Amino acid sequence: MNCEKQRSMLKKIQEIQFVAVELNLYLDTHPCDADAINDFNCAVQILEKRKQAYQDEFGPLLNFGFGGYSKEPWQWVESPWPWEI
Amino acid sequence: MWIYEKSLQHPVKVTRPDVGFAKLVVTQYGGPDGELGASLRYLNQRYSMPTNKAIALLTDIGTEELAHMEMIAALVYKLTEGASPQDYEAAGWGGQYVQHNHGLFWTDANGVPWSAQYIACLGDPIADLTEDMAAEQKARVTYEHLIEMTNDPCVKDMLRFLWQREVVHFQRFGECLNDIQEHMGKKNMWCGCTIKK
Repeated sequence: MNCEKQRSMLKKIQEIQFVAVELNLYLDTHPCDADAINDFNCAVQILEKRKQAYQDEFGPLLNFGFGGYSKEPWQWVESPWPWEI
Repeated sequence: MWIYEKSLQHPVKVTRPDVGFAKLVVTQYGGPDGELGASLRYLNQRYSMPTNKAIALLTDIGTEELAHMEMIAALVYKLTEGASPQDYEAAGWGGQYVQHNHGLFWTDANGVPWSAQYIACLGDPIADLTEDMAAEQKARVTYEHLIEMTNDPCVKDMLRFLWQREVVHFQRFGECLNDIQEHMGKKNMWCGCTIKK
């Protein structure tokens, strides 16, 4: 398994996900800030692309079907856990 | 419903195992101002909040705290990876090895197990949000103390990340408290849930 590539793709997801988390909390208390909503939507768009690319290569990032299709064998148990990377 | 994402919110790295620091930082796992208590406090207080904004904020911060709990767990795991019983004993954490081996457990830095007494829910939005703001400050200070207690730059980096999240959460809870006070002021004199008539 290409661990270095996996780690670097995951880092790009973590970066944009942080932008989404931060804007999400800000918008919870500033729900009428149109600029922030626009920024949030832009972040989500990038996040979705990066997640898709990661999942295509390394399998689902989320359980219960939220991470898309699995290849054989069942990929969820194959890929490393967060504390192992 | 909660969905698990197989990723940490922020990378957790250590330069080398350090059982002594694991013994200290475990307080942010199962201590009075730790991430388990934080997540449970916020997620549990949602039901008695009077505004959608407050419910959303508690849901989102409570969820983020679960991710912080996982980061602390990953840190303790990495700090104790490959440690021998003698390493635990030398670090003054022999009791942890005897009772849990390399497993994790919810305690503070003095070995006191987690307790629901660390969190409160009065069912009153002013009391509960004020408690949340105090909790964020206590967690911030604990992270400052922990940052002083390690020389590992990788560990300092992730603790600084968690430290600044406490600062942001405090800010958001403060805005939420202002919003609730305005909401209450418009509808009735605010002097408690039961004295409305």
